[in-house]
Amino acid sequence: MSLILSIVVDGVAYGMILFMISVGLSITMGLMRIINLAHGGFALLGGAAVHLLTTRLDVAFVPAFLVAVLAVVLVSVLLERLLYRHIYGFNELGQVLATIGIVFIMIATVNLFLGSTILPLGAPAIFTTPIDLGFRTLPFHRLVVIISGLLVLAGLWFLMEKTRFGIYLRAAVDNRVAAASLGINTPLVYLVAFALGAGLAAVGGILGAELLPIEAYYPLRYMVLFLIVVSVGGLGSISGSFLASIGLGILDTAGRYLLPGVGTIFFFVAIVVLLALRPNGLMGKAQ
Amino acid sequence: MTAPVLSTSPRRVTIALSLLIPSTCVVIGATLAFLIFPYDLSFLTRIVIMMIFVVSFDLILGQAGIATLGHAAMYGCGAYAAGLVSLHLSPDPLFGLLVGAVAGAVMAWISGLVLLRTHGITLLMISIAVTMVLQEIASQARWLTGGADGLAGITVGPLLGLFEFDFIGQVAFIYSVCVLAFVLVLCQVLIGSPFGLALRGIEGSASRMRAIGTPVYRRKVTVYVIAGAIAGIAGALAAQVTGLVGIEVFNFSLSADVMVMLILGGAGRLYGALIGTLLFMVVHHVAASIDPLNWLFVIGFMLLIVVFVLPKGLLALPGHLARLLRRTS
Repeated sequence: MSLILSIVVDGVAYGMILFMISVGLSITMGLMRIINLAHGGFALLGGAAVHLLTTRLDVAFVPAFLVAVLAVVLVSVLLERLLYRHIYGFNELGQVLATIGIVFIMIATVNLFLGSTILPLGAPAIFTTPIDLGFRTLPFHRLVVIISGLLVLAGLWFLMEKTRFGIYLRAAVDNRVAAASLGINTPLVYLVAFALGAGLAAVGGILGAELLPIEAYYPLRYMVLFLIVVSVGGLGSISGSFLASIGLGILDTAGRYLLPGVGTIFFFVAIVVLLALRPNGLMGKAQ
Repeated sequence: MTAPVLSTSPRRVTIALSLLIPSTCVVIGATLAFLIFPYDLSFLTRIVIMMIFVVSFDLILGQAGIATLGHAAMYGCGAYAAGLVSLHLSPDPLFGLLVGAVAGAVMAWISGLVLLRTHGITLLMISIAVTMVLQEIASQARWLTGGADGLAGITVGPLLGLFEFDFIGQVAFIYSVCVLAFVLVLCQVLIGSPFGLALRGIEGSASRMRAIGTPVYRRKVTVYVIAGAIAGIAGALAAQVTGLVGIEVFNFSLSADVMVMLILGGAGRLYGALIGTLLFMVVHHVAASIDPLNWLFVIGFMLLIVVFVLPKGLLALPGHLARLLRRTS
């Protein structure tokens, strides 16, 4: 019984990280129909910035976190204006190649300044404080991750369902041309959605550094994982991303606990089967 | 009845000869390279092996328009199969190639049955996932594959029972060039055949081909299996020449590199695959030897330039320039 609870807690924490990083990817891929392989790069840049601020400049974790996320959002706005705006029009293959190019440049930049070793983030000591849950103890960090994941979910739900921007975004997802002809400033909606996705990736990258350590090759190493979450959840679906993240987090954790050795094989086979049966993902709309 | 055959026979001869042109170019180029760079044969051999691999990818991406990011799956299967065969069964290199081709083809057939039912991003995802599964199997099945250490100490017997593989790599280079020439002729025949035409039709519009009665799914699976066999040959060749196989044959970056090389040269044309591979490998080699840490910058910028400036690849460059000149004059 306590094994099952352990799997659930660890799986949910892992899933929340996956959710925070990949929900932005789901929005951008669903909205802009762009295969952005560089999305994990924003998580890397966020983590690298926190590493730089906390360990080399002695800034406290919380301000470093805020500055890093802000910096990533700025970088993403710049990239959107300079590069992504043109990439939207490419075919699938062009998008894949262009964004691989961008991710290579991101990796090389981090590599140039910080090297290719694992970059520790100067997380506050409270993160490692054990919390007693009755059946097992849990580092406080996991709790922070789970709560932030839920906050992000609630925030996105509020943004999408209750604000004008959400209405514009949903309109643009459903039909870009019709939305534009109704006077919605779709380029601006795109820009904001892209920056939001990049910012969330940075948040997920920083908070998830315990589980997915930050290093220069981070975006390539975990890219497949993030893309799998998005395609299993269904493009452009926030609830789909959430379900897929939690489900895959628990599935992967269970595989590691119960079938050490073959767990990862089981994980990928399950995904191949699921995608073969439901090419549009769990909550995806037929295109 | 013989008259029409006779009257068309000169045309047939020219067609048959034209099939040999790419191979001839490759052999001439390889001979020159052999004479000019006699001390870089191992690097040249690597280029030739990658050319075989990229040409096989051109069959599915360039001809049939199927974009996957998992071509390393077949390459890796061929490499492991050839490595295992030479370690446990028979050291004959050609037998190893055959086994590699079969392994690549079987892998392509099994994965292709699932993969080719999908398209777009799902296809990209599943093709990556298949490679990840294989990498995981290769790293877990330690008793068979050596796990993360890989298969080492693969030795192959003399080629055709006559030519021993030497330390400088002369035999290995000539052997690889011969395989490449053979693969090119095969691909030329395939592309010119009705089957090849059907593939290009599918690339243009799958629904139109379905409407005129082409079994699109079956054609795609067939070409995927053929490309898989050739990729398996490339993998087998790499295993034989380098004497080792590691789990990095299933790395995502290998699949991505292949795509980059093909697009760089120009997809859909065999020469594009050859030129793209040559350029990518040389730039990679030079950039990595100047600065082993930051060659990714070079590759990254090269990719962006290709996608933004030359989406049809380098082979389209002369056409672009000609049009530019005509406009200015």
